[in-house]
Amino acid sequence: MSRVTYHDAARVFSGSSPVRAVDGLRLTVDDGEFLVLVGPSGSGKSTALRMLAGLEEIDEGSVHIGETDVTSMPPKARDIAMVFQSYALYPHMTVAENMGFALKLRRVPKKEVRERVVEAAELLDLTDYLDRKPRALSGGQRQRVAMGRAIVREPSVFLMDEPLSNLDAKLRVETRANIAALQRRLGTTTIYVTHDQTEAMTMGHRVAVLAGGVLQQCDTPRELYEHPANAFVAGFIGSPAMNLETVPLTSEGARLDDLTLPVSREVTASLGESSEVTVGIRPESLRLVSDEPESLALRVELVEELGADCLIHGRTAVDGKRLIVRADGRRPPSLGETVRVVIRDPGEIHLFDAASGARVERPHP
Amino acid sequence: MVAVREPVPRRRVDWGRVGLHVGCLAALLVMLYPLAWLIATSFKPADEVISSLRLLPSRLAMSNYTTALEGVGGVSVLRLIGNSLIISTGAVLGNVISCSLAAYAFARLRFTLRGPLFALMLATIMLPQHAVLIPQYIVFNQLGMVNTFWPLVLPKFLATDAFFVFLTVQFMRGIPKELDEAATLDGCGPFRTFFRIILPLSRPALITTAIFTFIWTWNDFFLQLIYLFEPEKFTITLALRSFVDTSSQSAYGPMFAMSVIALLPIVLFFMAFQRFLVQGMASSGVKG
Repeated sequence: MSRVTYHDAARVFSGSSPVRAVDGLRLTVDDGEFLVLVGPSGSGKSTALRMLAGLEEIDEGSVHIGETDVTSMPPKARDIAMVFQSYALYPHMTVAENMGFALKLRRVPKKEVRERVVEAAELLDLTDYLDRKPRALSGGQRQRVAMGRAIVREPSVFLMDEPLSNLDAKLRVETRANIAALQRRLGTTTIYVTHDQTEAMTMGHRVAVLAGGVLQQCDTPRELYEHPANAFVAGFIGSPAMNLETVPLTSEGARLDDLTLPVSREVTASLGESSEVTVGIRPESLRLVSDEPESLALRVELVEELGADCLIHGRTAVDGKRLIVRADGRRPPSLGETVRVVIRDPGEIHLFDAASGARVERPHP
Repeated sequence: MVAVREPVPRRRVDWGRVGLHVGCLAALLVMLYPLAWLIATSFKPADEVISSLRLLPSRLAMSNYTTALEGVGGVSVLRLIGNSLIISTGAVLGNVISCSLAAYAFARLRFTLRGPLFALMLATIMLPQHAVLIPQYIVFNQLGMVNTFWPLVLPKFLATDAFFVFLTVQFMRGIPKELDEAATLDGCGPFRTFFRIILPLSRPALITTAIFTFIWTWNDFFLQLIYLFEPEKFTITLALRSFVDTSSQSAYGPMFAMSVIALLPIVLFFMAFQRFLVQGMASSGVKG
């Protein structure tokens, strides 16, 4: 059983003004689960991972792997393997030596080390490179060796710290799928750190979003996308980012430019005295129309053509709010043109407390 | 295709460049002349060594070498070279082992007063050798080690050459920290990380330390003069001096011959190891 649990774990970097890099992290990763830790730089995601690895001290709370409290255990006793962003392959050892090093230190018989290394190499398509030094490998091959080094140890938890960020875009997409497939096959509990939200959405069973050392939300990718817990998560998950605008709240609803978005009585009540609300609309929730009464006029400032789709960056005619619309790539509007957009489905409008950023919505059934 | 226009051939002589080359050659000549003169003189017959300032000998005389090879005060040249070798090799071993260990501690381990101790260590670079000579002599005298090789070798095992510690610390700081962390996760403690990861990767720094320690110890005269007084324990540098003042007439010819003999091991040592110096500089293979 290798479930990982953070019990209100914190890491405080002391100094003239102490920094709480990870603050009160409460998180459970189930046995065999692939959890992605995502957040902007400085959000504490790497620190959280290193706390589990034993490379960073745990100043408050505790961390458990299975039933064992590993808070004050040395790294080697934790039964974890880590893939580093820089791969951290030993330059003076061959691929086979790199992969078998941990086993050798544990005095596993030579024959068994060799067998396990060869097995992992086959899995990762590295058989031909076992006798090479890391220097003689391409970036993608080095990445696979780093993976192999972790696999050979058969640990109870894999930790990966942005393992794809040194690869080029095409290889990254390919390797992304390979890692996810590999994890499914091995069934090893995996915690994966990335700042790339595409990686987060495509790889993880669940995604934990961190900001400022604090866990914002931990949920399945679909839940994060459809029901972000706050404005930060809403803006962070999804590409391009969700349109977030703070607009006045009237008795009829939220006023976005000359459009009134209906807001239910319960929601208005839960907002209390506030006269403003943050409205979130994903670019894909907006649709271009020729001319409809309940539509918004948008002056086109920039068109990004992505092939199948195009992204229209524009400003609303009345308030000058910036909006991004995802539209059909075959008929992009021209710059300076004024287009009209409608919201595809009122159910796709997200509302957040303008002050706290927390989601306000009737609890969905 | 981009058309590349051929540069117009220049007929004009670049006098600046010519001047530079001539200047460099002249400087080279000035630098190499003493060495050439030393080698040439070692082949001059006895009467010509002092009387003639010409570079080339009038005839090749091997007598200086035969005299030099007889040794000094009944001690053979091989013995003298052997003594120098023992001291130099001991110093190299001592410096490589102790400086790398001390450097690892300063570069990687966290301990109280690391900063101040590192500064103190650096400060000893400024300390002239002569300032510590007498207290050091007293210490070794009380340990009964005077007139043995120990005073020349033992300090090297105690990481007293701060310069090499500093050099190695700087080199080790350039080794990515992730390698230590990966080693820690693989199950290495500080010692294993040092021996298995850091030490093999520090080879260029260790070779630099070895080369310079060897050359400086081999060429050292002063410390050897202070600590060694039995001819049996003399080194080649001490023997060189004895050509000048042991007999009523200074034997300059054999002294030059001995100088050439003394130079050979260093040249060989340097030629054997200098390729590692360059080789090691290009060994970084961490990022993609």
